[in-house]
Amino acid sequence: MSEKSLPRRRVIALAGAGVAGIAGAAGVGGALLRSSSTSEPAAVTSDAVTFFGRTQAGIVTPAQDRLHFVAFDVLTSDRARLVQLLKDWSAAAARMTAGKDAGEIGATAGILEAPPDDTGEAIGLPASGLTITVGFGPTLFRDATGKDRFGLAARKPAALADLPRFPGDTIDPAISGGDICVQACANDPQVAVHAIRNLARIGMGVVSVRWSQLGFGRTSSTSTAQATPRNLFGFKDGTANLKAEETDLLDQHLWVRAGDGPEWMTGGSYMVTRKIRMLIETWDRSPLGDQENIVGRTKGEGAPIGQSREFDEPDLTSTSIPTDAHVRLAHPTVNNGARLLRRGYNFVDGSDGLGRLNAGLFFIAYQRDPRTHFVPIQLNLARHDAMNEYLRHVSSGLFACPPGVSGPDDYWGRALFA
Amino acid sequence: MRHAPLLVALLAVGSVAACSDKSDSSAGATGGPIAVKANDSACDVAKNALDAGTHVFQVSNSGSKVTEFYVYAAGDRVMGEIENITPGLSRELRVELPAGTYQTACKPGMIGNGIRADLTVSGSAAPLTEDVALQQATESYSRYITTQSEALVEKTTDFVTAVKGGDIEKSKQLFPIARTYYERIEPVAEIFGDLDPKIDGREDDATAELPFSGFHKLEKDLWVTKDISKDGPVADQLLTDVKEVVTKAKDEKLSPLQLANGAKELLDEVASSKITGEEDRYSHTDLWDFAANVDGSQAAVAALRPALEQRNPDLVKQIDTAFTAVDDELAKYRVGDGWKYQNELSQAQLKGLSDVINALAEPISKIAGVIAKK
Repeated sequence: MSEKSLPRRRVIALAGAGVAGIAGAAGVGGALLRSSSTSEPAAVTSDAVTFFGRTQAGIVTPAQDRLHFVAFDVLTSDRARLVQLLKDWSAAAARMTAGKDAGEIGATAGILEAPPDDTGEAIGLPASGLTITVGFGPTLFRDATGKDRFGLAARKPAALADLPRFPGDTIDPAISGGDICVQACANDPQVAVHAIRNLARIGMGVVSVRWSQLGFGRTSSTSTAQATPRNLFGFKDGTANLKAEETDLLDQHLWVRAGDGPEWMTGGSYMVTRKIRMLIETWDRSPLGDQENIVGRTKGEGAPIGQSREFDEPDLTSTSIPTDAHVRLAHPTVNNGARLLRRGYNFVDGSDGLGRLNAGLFFIAYQRDPRTHFVPIQLNLARHDAMNEYLRHVSSGLFACPPGVSGPDDYWGRALFA
Repeated sequence: MRHAPLLVALLAVGSVAACSDKSDSSAGATGGPIAVKANDSACDVAKNALDAGTHVFQVSNSGSKVTEFYVYAAGDRVMGEIENITPGLSRELRVELPAGTYQTACKPGMIGNGIRADLTVSGSAAPLTEDVALQQATESYSRYITTQSEALVEKTTDFVTAVKGGDIEKSKQLFPIARTYYERIEPVAEIFGDLDPKIDGREDDATAELPFSGFHKLEKDLWVTKDISKDGPVADQLLTDVKEVVTKAKDEKLSPLQLANGAKELLDEVASSKITGEEDRYSHTDLWDFAANVDGSQAAVAALRPALEQRNPDLVKQIDTAFTAVDDELAKYRVGDGWKYQNELSQAQLKGLSDVINALAEPISKIAGVIAKK
């Protein structure tokens, strides 16, 4: 199918609905979600989010409801093949985020003898706010033996230093790390899965799926226009999250600035992923008062203990918030002012064979430098958080997400490979 | 070819191979027979330049290992081959060679790439038209089917004989070898209705009409129940069915499109049932089948090679690289003339095999589209 013929998938393009950098994101936040109530999903969640921009979509874009995340191992040792894949992926992502088929021919328009260049399960589905965000892991630069795989070692940012082992970590290496990650978020789970599946198909032979994760409900708001969702403990999560509208704070805490490290990361952001199993069965047997003390907030309104409204500032001088409460330990004032942009999702991966749901939070956080943001915060939490009794960190990932793809001639990581 | 060394078979395979005691076998050939002196470490071919036409290679094996002799066109497209040249034996290969560059190869021990030498054939052969290139693909693959299916009958006969003789250990050795030839030509074997399920069906595919039989029934009795005393009729039926497949297969002309899909389907077989250990679940000899499927896929691609070179040379390069990667990965698990058992491989090792098969299957899945385009 040519660009001029009718797209097989329904495309509802709203003029101006795009995430073109931070300012654009703020505008979209308002346009996409007029209602702050999650019980009235806005019709426009089916719209397309612009793929091209100064920064990657899928970071400050108002968090969509569904996630399919995948980490790839790079199989090839041929730098040119890797670059070609990033070009092919960028082109496919531009199409899919616009609500089109992954390939130019499409799912059903090709000759009968050849496999289609789109897998077809998104036929008839709108763009559904799909964003596709790519990051590069430390092992892309140097493998476990220290080998400079693609001549990129000199460009590895210092901020992409391996995360330390945190107290209590039960990390499974088989579902951790990866050379390249892709985060697909959409308001329709089929659209998110379609995106990852097609990128994996296009990458066959160059990359191999290392691990992947589905998330069924967002646990963070990334825009003031969004209501704060709840995690599987039943509490509001991400009340104090960085939001798209807080542009000064985003510059300070989220986006990599010129001079921070290698130039290719300017306008990018570092992503930390943690798959956190939540022992919900034991949590559910704990009294409401204990639950609220562990979180440091009320379960209903989500207000800090001692306050009445969700967005009231917690009074950390008050002894009514226990010293080991999550809200206290995660608060910027005890973490050198560090703020994260969290973008996590609830998951339930079936059950664990012991009569319990294998449930939890797939935590995703973006920041300007993990060494000053995620690492100290998590050290503080891992050492003291009362919530740890109910948490197990089972997977860990760290990725450098480059700046956005500027247009059809650009591709993910062009400046890195230049 | 991966026969156990104890198998001494004198049957000539290859449509143009003939026994050396036939004095008129070189009649019609260009010039006299070309001597090939093979041993365990050498493969001396008397000439490295020939005129276009039909030639006879006289291969004598003075080594201690069973050997094979091949004439390859570019991309290891087999122009002619003789298998099972046992120590002390001399065999002839008759092959028609148009002008071009070829390689000869002996494979002492019947493994690996063999001992290679270049062979130049000169003459006024016109370049193939695209249609002729496609037409020759069918003929080229027919040659492969013929050699493989004759070896299949031979090795299945050995296996069946061992089973009927009640020799469990020998039967276990011969099982993966007989299957090798079947797995190489499976795309053809599968054409003939109920024959493939009867020969190669698994226990969970069995029905009242098609009870559990064939290779896998014998496999279960050899490895699990350890009782083959009542398997005589099963073994006889297997040989009957295999002979029927072979008879039919020799007459079957696969179209270029069927070849392209066959090459892909063989890799799908590897991905879906060999790497997982599903195919040979009692014996765990899946890596023999794995290697055979890859061989068969490579033979189908090689037959299409001249046409593919004309239409999409980049794809050919990609496929060559990917085949090499599969060979390298698989070679890690070679044990003598056979392979490690599937259940001896770790998950990470199985993923390594899965990755190289996926990397190969992707470009191979594009062949059909390239062939189909006018």
